[in-house]
Amino acid sequence: MIKKILRWLTAFSILIGIAGFYSCCSFARGPFIQIKGSDTEVNLVQRLAEVYMEHHPEVYIAVTGGGSGTGIAALINKKTDIANLSREMTPEEIKRAIKNGVNPVKWVIAMDGISVIVNAKNPVNKLTLKQISQIFSGKIKNWREVGGENIPISLYGRQSNSGTFIYFRNHIVKADYSDRMKRMNGNAQIVESIKRDVAGIGYVGVGYVLEGEKLAKGIKVLKIAKDEHSPGVSPLNFENVEKGVYPIARPLYQYSNGCPKGKVLEFVRFELSKEGQKIVIEQGFYPVNVEYRKLNRQNLGF
Amino acid sequence: MANKERLIKYFFTFTGVLSTIFLLGIFFLLLYNSVPAFRKIGILEFFTSARWNPTSYTKPTYGILSLIVSTLMVTGGAMLISVPLGISCAAYLAEVATPMVREIVKPIIEVLAGIPSVVVGFLGIVLVGPAIAKIFNLPNGLNAINGSILLAIMSLPTIISISEDAITSVPEEYKMASLALGATRWQTLWKVVIPASSSGIIAAIMLGVGRAVGETMTVLMATGNAPAMPHSFLDSVRTMTATIAIELGEVPYNTTHYYALFVIGLVLFCITFAVNLTSDIVLHKHQEKLGT
Repeated sequence: MIKKILRWLTAFSILIGIAGFYSCCSFARGPFIQIKGSDTEVNLVQRLAEVYMEHHPEVYIAVTGGGSGTGIAALINKKTDIANLSREMTPEEIKRAIKNGVNPVKWVIAMDGISVIVNAKNPVNKLTLKQISQIFSGKIKNWREVGGENIPISLYGRQSNSGTFIYFRNHIVKADYSDRMKRMNGNAQIVESIKRDVAGIGYVGVGYVLEGEKLAKGIKVLKIAKDEHSPGVSPLNFENVEKGVYPIARPLYQYSNGCPKGKVLEFVRFELSKEGQKIVIEQGFYPVNVEYRKLNRQNLGF
Repeated sequence: MANKERLIKYFFTFTGVLSTIFLLGIFFLLLYNSVPAFRKIGILEFFTSARWNPTSYTKPTYGILSLIVSTLMVTGGAMLISVPLGISCAAYLAEVATPMVREIVKPIIEVLAGIPSVVVGFLGIVLVGPAIAKIFNLPNGLNAINGSILLAIMSLPTIISISEDAITSVPEEYKMASLALGATRWQTLWKVVIPASSSGIIAAIMLGVGRAVGETMTVLMATGNAPAMPHSFLDSVRTMTATIAIELGEVPYNTTHYYALFVIGLVLFCITFAVNLTSDIVLHKHQEKLGT
């Protein structure tokens, strides 16, 4: 009896072994590109990868999010071919990468205007950078103080592994976020929460305020002014972001270990091509501007 | 044959010892990785400061008090809901329900235990959260109550099935004696059966607590994760488990922040260990009592 079972087990394990061997082979057949990181960039790069794979069925590209912090960790630990980062690596992170034998090379795939969004019912249309800083650091607690209704502000932000979290804090808030700010999982969750919350305010990549072609229902993108005397500027207008008039415009980066080569390089070429940049616009972001095209040429050679 | 017998015995001894080794290994790993954080920050700051902000713009702070309070609040709230519900349900199944009802309801409850936590968290975002916001007239429903309700649902199956076993195992003579003395069925259930199975029920509650304390995904999704010290159940909270889950993915290895996350893990381990140990002791007492 036992012998019989054993025989069956052996046969079974051989079968599994063969199956596993074959699936490994088929997996290894085509080049496999791994892309990890920013939640802001994940939909955009996913779309780019899909279109690219339609033209090049022999290549398989896997795009996952998790936040820029996750992308940086993966880049340093050599667990990804490309890291999507919505912020630059810090000198300390670069030092750690080099210590690990990784030489980070960066390029820019699109421009983003970080959009400050509120519920559509909120009467406030415009905020200054200073007001935004005071709201997110918890100094301004009620909408009344910035010309809204008399209701306490509820803050929505990202978690600390988000590049947007770090970028917005270091460049706009310039202080720690309020402890009362809710730490959401991603851009989409912030948009969904603001739709339901009349007192809510949050920040997301401009690609997330659109649903299809139109602005998502239930939210409003605030105009932002440098100071009290300047006019409010909206990130929904491409020129504002391109010319740098919108105060929270930022480049969306990709990093790789050394200059990209082979299939990875071909994909990067596609991202920066006319067709790739058209997808960038379709996804609600903006094409790379002159300044960063120069940086790309410097780092990639095209 | 005797040889084979011995071999099998060794095998089972080995598997038994193995899980003990795993437990000790995990404990020492946590302790070993926590020591650098204790050295750098000091135990006092961990447990007295309420501010957790290791990636601060100005100065990192490592107080885990608000995280502990958050975890205890969400768990406590969950127990307030699930204990009365769970025990009543168990009593119903064991004493009142007809065998057919029992055969249908019990498997359903067991299926409830198998729902992935991420699905429960999802319901928290789209269903429970908005409902809470409406009922309490709040701007949003991402708060401690939301987490409590979801964790209550998740710990109900544990509480129900173990309490039901405890109630069923009360000797028939107890009930007979009580009924013979003229007590009603309700009096018998409330005054005789439940007290007689109390240690089993307490063990069930403790296991439910263990489930709730360690749950990560659900609370991460449904409680908003604001690190401020919560003042009421309507505040957003950030539990210990959620903090580890959020931050471990991006933390640079071998930094103070990294070791500090291990301290949270160690505290969490101690809490669940204490809870499980208590339930084990209580359960043993229960079995001994019924054995005599």
